[in-house]
Amino acid sequence: MSVVTVQLGQCGNQIGHEVFNAICSDFHSTHGLCSKKENESYQEACKERFFSEEKTGVPVARAVLVDMEPKVISQTLSMAARSGCWKYDHQSHFCQKQGSGNNWANGYSVHGPRHKDAIMNLVQKEAEKCDRLSGFFTVMSMAGGTGSGMGAFVTQCLRDAFPASFILNQVVWPYGTGEVIVQNYNSVLTLSHLYQSSDALLVHENDAIHKICAQLMNIKQISFRDVNRVIAHQLGSVFQPTHTSEGAVRYSRNPLGDLMESLVPHPEFKMLGLRNIPQMSENSLAYSTFTWPGLIKHLRQMLIANAKMEEGINWQVRPPLPGLPVSQKCSPSRAPHFNTSIANLVILRGKDVQSVDVGGFRDAALYTSWLNPQDAFNVWKTPRAFNKYEKSAALVSNSQFLLKPLDDIVGKAWNMFASKAYVHQYTKFGIEEEDFLDCFTALEQVLSSYASL
Amino acid sequence: CRFWDLALREHAAVNQKGIYDEALSSFFRNVDTRTDGDGIDIYRGKICSLKARALLIDMEEGVVNEILQGPLRDVFDSKQLITDVSGSGNNWAVGHKLYGCQYRENIVEKLRRTAEHCDCLQCFFVIHSMGGGTGSGLGTFVLNVLKDEFPEVYRFVTSVYPSGEDDVVTSPYNSVLAMKELNEHADCVLPIENESLFNIVSKIHQMTNSGKLGSTVKQNSLITSSAGGIRTDQAKPFDAMNNIVANLLLNLTSSARFEGSLNMDLNEISMNLVPFPQLHYLVSSLTPLYTLADVNVPSRRLDQMFSDAFSKDHQLIQADPKHSLYLACALLVRGNVQVSDLRRNIERLKPSLQFVSWNQEGWKTGLCSVPPVGHSHSLLALANNTCVKPTFMELKDRFMKLYKKKAHLHHYLHVDGMEQSCFSEAISSLTDLIEEYNQLDVSKGGPRTDPPRLKIAM
Repeated sequence: MSVVTVQLGQCGNQIGHEVFNAICSDFHSTHGLCSKKENESYQEACKERFFSEEKTGVPVARAVLVDMEPKVISQTLSMAARSGCWKYDHQSHFCQKQGSGNNWANGYSVHGPRHKDAIMNLVQKEAEKCDRLSGFFTVMSMAGGTGSGMGAFVTQCLRDAFPASFILNQVVWPYGTGEVIVQNYNSVLTLSHLYQSSDALLVHENDAIHKICAQLMNIKQISFRDVNRVIAHQLGSVFQPTHTSEGAVRYSRNPLGDLMESLVPHPEFKMLGLRNIPQMSENSLAYSTFTWPGLIKHLRQMLIANAKMEEGINWQVRPPLPGLPVSQKCSPSRAPHFNTSIANLVILRGKDVQSVDVGGFRDAALYTSWLNPQDAFNVWKTPRAFNKYEKSAALVSNSQFLLKPLDDIVGKAWNMFASKAYVHQYTKFGIEEEDFLDCFTALEQVLSSYASL
Repeated sequence: CRFWDLALREHAAVNQKGIYDEALSSFFRNVDTRTDGDGIDIYRGKICSLKARALLIDMEEGVVNEILQGPLRDVFDSKQLITDVSGSGNNWAVGHKLYGCQYRENIVEKLRRTAEHCDCLQCFFVIHSMGGGTGSGLGTFVLNVLKDEFPEVYRFVTSVYPSGEDDVVTSPYNSVLAMKELNEHADCVLPIENESLFNIVSKIHQMTNSGKLGSTVKQNSLITSSAGGIRTDQAKPFDAMNNIVANLLLNLTSSARFEGSLNMDLNEISMNLVPFPQLHYLVSSLTPLYTLADVNVPSRRLDQMFSDAFSKDHQLIQADPKHSLYLACALLVRGNVQVSDLRRNIERLKPSLQFVSWNQEGWKTGLCSVPPVGHSHSLLALANNTCVKPTFMELKDRFMKLYKKKAHLHHYLHVDGMEQSCFSEAISSLTDLIEEYNQLDVSKGGPRTDPPRLKIAM
């Protein structure tokens, strides 16, 4: 089953491009470390999922590129075509000249309805190219105007047009100290709207990825391309084919459906965080070895202590003892020491993956009380290694990971809203103060649901 | 005129093959002048003849004629000019009311024609002075027209404010009357003061002629230089200063014309830097002013560029943003600068700047990969800052000095359509603006109380 990717805005298009790059280079990777048959099966599944066949033999990414100004799309299309390994369908893009001006209201209320038909036509065409459609994967940022505003609108349209398909939104959270001044408003508006139409939101924070680049990958002058490559690597490690059950012979054919089934048992809880280890620069990789017990232990502690990367994990944090009264739970304003999960998914790739013991993740203390730990935890495996990592482990978690970041964003947006700054820019395009209040209310609801886990 | 010269220079540096591309199309049309009439627009392929998307308006012919006889004459179409013979006599009323009515049809028609040649019109740049008659009077009239005819297109105004020792006696009147129009009809105003431009020019002059470092300054990197442009003849007195403003406009639009990893369009500038409709005056600064011929650029120099952008010597008006309250700040970086450098500098400079309580992290950033001619990187900082208040207050004082004595008033009141009430409205509009800035300043040192969040019943 195939996944159609919708890339929205500058961020979405830049990241989407890196994701396909990462997938393609993994596809061609010769370090598969598994049997030839296994490798072929993997490649076959990967191809079906992300690319369609073209007469020229160069795989064509199943993607629709959307942006309100032309520069980024034309750059993305040409870079992909030049790579030689894959390319985009040059018909599958939609762009305008004017840009959205970082204005969510402009993207949502003006550009969205105006261009709805054109964009949905493109999506329909891509969907028809698939033998079986698993669902949609949208890539966007929250801070700008197109990715956020138009992204929210397009997600709604996708939901209306394809009610039976899954929609996973990959959302990029901006740097805390500002890439865009009205980013908090845009974020609040986007998240509250996405919550209604999307199945799950997979979040990447620019601050966290920046730290990974600086400390783990040792990049001196970090560019957005470096950040995007890390994000692409993390996404690739989740979406490349895996076996989703023990003893399965064939690769899972429904990646998005399986993901939702494992991780989103309740529609109130849709925020997913992603961690991937190990992550390091290619030079260091050649000199490092990993053991599964070590990786699993680190990943588990990253989950419990809410660490964003493998360095600086707080080992003091322990899961609470069973039988502790509920009043011990922290309020969202103080960072909870222990990160309670609703559901977790661990994805393991590489050598000796069959023998890995993930019992530590099945501990009931990690989870909320209203879900059986057997149901709350899933593991997917494949012996085929990902990119150049002999062993790699990814964690997709529906937990309190994003509680504090979300709280920060809502707080700042509320602060600005109280003085009514910039609101006239939004009312100009049809988003009124009541709309803002509705969005704030919706997000406060999400925050308190997560806080009370 | 300087702007077009430098724009051509910049595009020539980037566009090696002479192909008319997207970047050029933002400011120029590619016209096949061999055909009659308007000339057919050519969208791709080689450059035939570039025509600026511009309208030149002046009520006396001297300056425009000179341009038309100079090397840039091919860039301007005779259909893009509106001139008259006698000038406006440094009288806002003559420019606004008299010539405005007279030329309204003409102006609208020419604007429409220029706009029709554009695929997608994003914004208008109005460049004028505040102290004279035509620029200030007719200029603000044109602003009105733009708002009426093209309400959805952003209007960016670059206004040159008169300095204290300005030689035009009625400049305070003209400026205040024009301010009212700017308050109401412009989306964004970039005030510039001649005094600041002059200071920057002197500083550069000092640097290049002081012997020590003089010989190592790359000539065409001077922010004030026209080197490499078309004009090779005797430079005019205001040229150096005007080059600075031209560079300002180029940098402002660079991200819209060239690629980069974090694009910043013009409508984004308005969106992010104008929190309340009245407060749309932005203080600008450009760095670096020159590049040394030294090729290696240690990151210290990069950081120095950021620090300089906030120093009061680099601002284009006489103001000190560091000691006033910031409402918002935008940094547009060009050249080989990455996001980590940007972040590092923001972190470094933040503690020394005061931001308003509801916008503590009010930074907007843009990264464009193409550097300006002669530099490897550059920075344009735009700030919405209460330090514009003193400029306005001085303007008001100078106005009141004349108004109290009713000096020169009769020249204005003679003009049809001009009444005493125009003056009182204008001054009250300016007073209101100053008051708004005052209120923000008052909140400056105060304790920060966050408003209580919404509570959800579980």
